[in-house]
Amino acid sequence: MDNLFNRKYIIQGLFIVVALILLGQLFYIQVASDRYFLSANSNVLRKKYTFPARGIIMDRNNKVLVQNEPVYDLMVTPNLVKPFDTMALCNIIGIDMKGFHKRFNKARNQSRYQRSVFEKQLSVQTYAALQERLSRFVGFETQNRTVRHYPDSVAGQFFGYVKEVTEKDIEQSNGYYRPGDYIGKAGVERQYNDVLQGERGVENTIYNARNVPQGSYLNGKFDTLATSGETLVSSLDIRLQKLGEQLLHNKVGSIVAIEPSTGEVLAFVSSPTYDPNLMVGRQQGNNYMDIFGSPNRPFTVRPLSGYYSPGSSFKPLDALIGLQEGVIDPNTTFNCPGGYWAGNHLVRCEHVDGPISLRRGLARSCNTYACYVFQKLMTQSKYKNKIAAYDDWQAKVRKFGIGSKLDLDMPFERKGRLFTSEEYTKRFGKYWGYTTIISLAIGQGEMSATPLQMANIMAVIANRGYYIKPHLIKGIGEKKDVKEEYLVKNSVGIDQRHFGPVIDGMQDAVNAPYGTARDSAIPDILMCGKTGTVQNPHGKNHSVFIGFAPRDNPKIAIAVIVENAGFGSAYAAPIASYITETYLTGKLSGNRVDRAEWMKKQVVLPEVPRPKQKYLPKDTTGKTTAPATAPATTPQLPQVPKPTAAAADKIVENKNIQNTK
Amino acid sequence: MSTQQGGRFFFNVDWITILIYVALCTIGFVNIYASIYNPDTSTLFNFGSNYGKQLIFILTALVLGFSILLLDAKFFSVFSPIVYGITMLLLMAVLVVGRKVAGNQAWIPLGSFRLQPSELAKFGTALLIARYVGNFNPKFRDIKSIFFAGLIICFPLLLIMLQPDTGSALVFLAFMFPLYREGLSGYFLLIFLGMIVLFIADFLVPMSILIPIIVVVGGFFAYQNKRKQKMMFSMIIATVVAIVYLFVVKLAYEKVLEPHQRTRIEIILGLKTDPKGAGYNVIQSKIAIGSGQITGRGFLEGTQTKYGYVPEQSTDFIFSTIGEEWGFIGCTVVIALYIFLLLRVINLAERQRSTFSRVYGYCVASIIFFHVFINIGMTIGIIPVIGIPLPFISYGGSSLWSFTVLLFIFLKLDSNRMGFI
Repeated sequence: MDNLFNRKYIIQGLFIVVALILLGQLFYIQVASDRYFLSANSNVLRKKYTFPARGIIMDRNNKVLVQNEPVYDLMVTPNLVKPFDTMALCNIIGIDMKGFHKRFNKARNQSRYQRSVFEKQLSVQTYAALQERLSRFVGFETQNRTVRHYPDSVAGQFFGYVKEVTEKDIEQSNGYYRPGDYIGKAGVERQYNDVLQGERGVENTIYNARNVPQGSYLNGKFDTLATSGETLVSSLDIRLQKLGEQLLHNKVGSIVAIEPSTGEVLAFVSSPTYDPNLMVGRQQGNNYMDIFGSPNRPFTVRPLSGYYSPGSSFKPLDALIGLQEGVIDPNTTFNCPGGYWAGNHLVRCEHVDGPISLRRGLARSCNTYACYVFQKLMTQSKYKNKIAAYDDWQAKVRKFGIGSKLDLDMPFERKGRLFTSEEYTKRFGKYWGYTTIISLAIGQGEMSATPLQMANIMAVIANRGYYIKPHLIKGIGEKKDVKEEYLVKNSVGIDQRHFGPVIDGMQDAVNAPYGTARDSAIPDILMCGKTGTVQNPHGKNHSVFIGFAPRDNPKIAIAVIVENAGFGSAYAAPIASYITETYLTGKLSGNRVDRAEWMKKQVVLPEVPRPKQKYLPKDTTGKTTAPATAPATTPQLPQVPKPTAAAADKIVENKNIQNTK
Repeated sequence: MSTQQGGRFFFNVDWITILIYVALCTIGFVNIYASIYNPDTSTLFNFGSNYGKQLIFILTALVLGFSILLLDAKFFSVFSPIVYGITMLLLMAVLVVGRKVAGNQAWIPLGSFRLQPSELAKFGTALLIARYVGNFNPKFRDIKSIFFAGLIICFPLLLIMLQPDTGSALVFLAFMFPLYREGLSGYFLLIFLGMIVLFIADFLVPMSILIPIIVVVGGFFAYQNKRKQKMMFSMIIATVVAIVYLFVVKLAYEKVLEPHQRTRIEIILGLKTDPKGAGYNVIQSKIAIGSGQITGRGFLEGTQTKYGYVPEQSTDFIFSTIGEEWGFIGCTVVIALYIFLLLRVINLAERQRSTFSRVYGYCVASIIFFHVFINIGMTIGIIPVIGIPLPFISYGGSSLWSFTVLLFIFLKLDSNRMGFI
């Protein structure tokens, strides 16, 4: 053979090269990429989902608070649609032709062969009208689902709301959620979403190339039935909740009531509130914007996120820590000349009592007494320096739950505020002492607590030394399981014997003729409490009352805050007493019915909106309380302003002069 | 023929090739069965269905093949002009009396059965090319021999183009390989490759960029060869021809090609995506093959196959069934079988004493190679959709018989290689 023989190898080589090219591409589409494998499944499988009903929620007396109502989604499979009377369909579901085309194109862009939602949440009436003619609208079908209904129209912030999942939710769920699923977005609906949502059911059907169903996939091996969400038993007492919302109607504030022995929250009022039913159905988006834009931010869950200085209601803690540390005993008296000199500055009292005892000091809300106790605590000889003294004091206060989250079973809880010694050093430099921070003694200064924390402090005192983590859901599912953490007693490190004298003082505050809240005494029930009038840099003082009842074997601990309502005894204390009496006896006695009705009608709203400059309170120096960054956007959520180091001493004086009682 | 002679025949026949042939036909039958299988209606074996027919085709093809082995080897060489002539007449007849199926006038109805002359023309042409080269032993250094060979190839090619059946016509380009083996300059293959590259570039790169590139490259090579005047001139001419070619392609593309062919080309070149239209077959075929992954979904378990997602699955897209149900392993086995067959045929061709047999062997290998490459390439989306069958595997009597005849003629020639033709 000649040299042409070698061309054999060229040709054979070419064959092999081409074969390798083919194998290369095959390797890519079969082994390296799973794109085609997934496409194959989406070609053949159609998943039909059935949606579970969300779990219902009951109150502590087994009254249903949330139930489910049927609604119907209109679904469309674009390639099955044949020409039909579109106007008729539009009229039934209340859209125009433009809307029809928009929806139809959207569905078609998603998939021609898969069903997608055409119109969401048709009411039962619309559904009935539609159902009669549905056979004429080939390619359309309905799918039933349920939406929430809240028969009492109360406790919007407690329930939160349910919304269709967003792209972000789908991403975060690792594909568990699909477009069209619902998810709890706030409140209990969010917190317990996993329990409430149940399991979606799915039916896998195989379709052939002509979109004709060919039976179930693998004999239904992967099919599931929808299972409804679990039932939740809430600790709320819906009567109290309703009464609380009525009493705070046209006011801004919070009511938190706790059953001390269990930590169960009996009432969880945040005012202004909204009807949770507004956040359901096709108008959800519009209603959301309306509520969002309305004054005083109804979506804010004030019991958890409102920051308030505890004010005088902090004084029982002074006394308890003082007794525990042994710097005072129940018989210790201090002289009250109408104020306490902290260095050059006077912390004023509302009264001039001369020698004043612990019991009376609490009943009369004596600033002088509190400051003396604080002074004694901070100057104990056992401390190396002021830092050690403050840190020790601060740790003891933290045990009551101020400055850290109480882990209420609700989203977006805030932890309150209590400075550490480092933060003070950062703010004031090296030279600060107990006189600099004396306002802490009377619950002002760098201390904020949420209404929930205040109510919890009352639960501690009612329990004589411990609290159980407050919670809103006391039972989950059929067995009404209780989370284990809600059975643990959290001690605050104060011996039980020290509570007696403090409770005596708090009893007098409500029941003695000289008590600050004597007008709110409840006939035949010994309520113990403490008023507070909290200085508010953004406007009028907040009215605060915290208390518990009855004195022995307490059943309810309560914190009431009414913003911009002035003295604690004016609004907060009576409201607390109405709630307490209603809870303990089931009704209000005598003329207290009329007084409660009067209270419901009162309008105490902050003056909003106002231009920024006008927030400068007239009774304080502009320097201290009008930082240029005054949060004009959140006027109703007071925060203690951040004073400068130079102005620190003045604050102490200012804050006490008239504002704390 | 004596029995002794007959015994010698079968002793000399290359049984390995026949084994591969049977293996491929069996794979074909199994996968046609799977393509047609419908979980609702298929109960018992059914001769009326296409897989039943395919079994009959396979059996008759075997009979046909072994009958060929019994013929005298001289027959093919002697009668090659007549066979060629008959197939050309059939190709002309189909243009007149042919039945149009899917836009192509490629079928002559013969009772209950349809004849596809373009299939027959492949071995008719192969025989005549072999005869031509065998008799005259041209080395394709002169225009005359190239012209004659070109005439033999291009006559059926043009007739098939008229049907129009571009796919089958393209297969006739396979005859370049045997001519190359017999001495045709490698430049022809390179020029051919260059034409394909320019053809693709014509779509992807605008003229305003393409022409300067060609001029620069051509100029560079002309400058390199400035000492050799002849080479320099050839380079300049090549450059001019390339540019003219670009315009001709553009024009031909718009005026000659059918719209559906244009769409197919554009889809492969990535200029167009049309998952619901012309691209549908390829996308579904790729999905089916890709979903087979490494080991495949198993016999009768391929969902894309079972539920009819791939059109034309038992004929042109039969490879998608293999891909889905037998996976990468199955595909590799099939491709390996083909390569083994092709290399075997070429090795057998090289051991022939007569040029006729050798050239014919190369023709067989090249034709099968073109079909396999184009068909599989099409199912996995690297070649435009060109409707030609996968040899021995695709459903259809005409194609199976013509490939069988093609192959068995060569086996006959090979078994007789020691004799004289």
